[in-house]
Amino acid sequence: MNKIAVIDYGMGNLHSVAKALEHVGRELDEQVEVVVTSDANVIADADRVIFPGVGAIRDCMAEILRLDVDQIVKDAIQSKPVLAICVGMQALMNTSEENGGVKCLGFLDGEVRYFGDDLIDSDGLRLKVPHMGWNQVSQTIDHPLWKDVPDNSRFYFVHSYYVQTQQQDMVTGVTRYGNDFVATLADNNIFAVQFHPEKSQTVGLTLLRNFLLWDGTV
Amino acid sequence: MALAKRIIPCLDCDNGRVVKGVKFLDIRDAGDPVEVSKRYCDAGADEITFLDITASHEGRETTVHTVEAIASQVFIPLTVGGGIRTLEDIRTMLNAGADKVGINTAAVVNPEFVREAAERFGSQCIVVAVDAKRVSIDGEPPKWEIFTHGGRKSTGIDAIAWVKRMVSFGAGEILLTSMDRDGTKSGFDLELNREVSRAVQVPLIASGGVGNLQHLVDGVLEGEADAVLAASIFHFQEYSIQEAKQYMADKGIEVRL
Repeated sequence: MNKIAVIDYGMGNLHSVAKALEHVGRELDEQVEVVVTSDANVIADADRVIFPGVGAIRDCMAEILRLDVDQIVKDAIQSKPVLAICVGMQALMNTSEENGGVKCLGFLDGEVRYFGDDLIDSDGLRLKVPHMGWNQVSQTIDHPLWKDVPDNSRFYFVHSYYVQTQQQDMVTGVTRYGNDFVATLADNNIFAVQFHPEKSQTVGLTLLRNFLLWDGTV
Repeated sequence: MALAKRIIPCLDCDNGRVVKGVKFLDIRDAGDPVEVSKRYCDAGADEITFLDITASHEGRETTVHTVEAIASQVFIPLTVGGGIRTLEDIRTMLNAGADKVGINTAAVVNPEFVREAAERFGSQCIVVAVDAKRVSIDGEPPKWEIFTHGGRKSTGIDAIAWVKRMVSFGAGEILLTSMDRDGTKSGFDLELNREVSRAVQVPLIASGGVGNLQHLVDGVLEGEADAVLAASIFHFQEYSIQEAKQYMADKGIEVRL
């Protein structure tokens, strides 16, 4: 039995990610159980952990701290494969510019920045914010989660803030929107994605399948 | 390498069936929404929009089950609109598996609802649907007003001012339907789309009037839309999603192939 805990701290819709994991699980030979929960014991008992997040970072961080999810995530990243998605990825960093500046968990070294209201592409055309839709991810480091995912595949993004880090060896994927930004990060048994694999059709499901099979080593 | 323009098939659903009428008349059955959604997803649709036109309470229950069924099998973004009036309605649809909800009449009745919804659920899932109708006559500077109740009820509100207000209240995306063009197959109101797209920072979905693939191209290149929505040209197999994407790509538009 492969037990996946999706951490529920009351922010947004976890139905999609749970359904996508169940779908991927059905296509694998092994039994997969997906639990959406904030129960520390259940999460401690899981083989793998998903750390999702949507909405504003201030509200996410407030709920994370109120429900002691910071400790739950800290325990998880010390012991098992963790996939952080969207604001979940952002919450792992040091700080975010959103909501006038919010201190985040600081489990990964980097900052969360705003795209800006005057973002333009290389032809000088205005780029809208949020960055919403399907954009390409260039794989900068080989990783087990990229298995069978063609380089420069398009994933579904929806966000106005992005991760910036000096730790280039953590960056496994970049996407261009005005400038290059960090689409995915990896640090030991953590993989973090700015896009939504659960909404990215075939390539997203492939990445989730890889996560279900990943032992947390590179 | 750039963000792709999106193609979004729209499923107008009544009591659990996909229907499509021309100007809300002559409703034709176009199949089971779950099967239709899967077919579009497999064909490369970038998102699915599900518009509930069911009036009855029992029908609403059917809609929730349909959304659940679609969301369990389709792994691209799903927007649900039609009859979204309360925060509870939004919660119900998100719990059923919708990623975004479309708010139309309820925003006009109570604009603060959009603000509350965006604060509660995040702007990323709040799409404000705007039905606009041209009210200027030829030769005058163009002017559009928003209408409710399927385009039957005038509100006197200027469309451009309205979308700006909705975005300032937290709308994460605008779904703009030209009531003059909807169901006519004569193409988007490009001037309307361009004005709206330039007025706001959030993505714009153009809707209303698509009759051929060039209309989709025009919506992006001239209407400056970030996404194009169409219903009948896909439902009745006049064109496939693949054909539409290939056609757009051939015209130099970045799409997900």
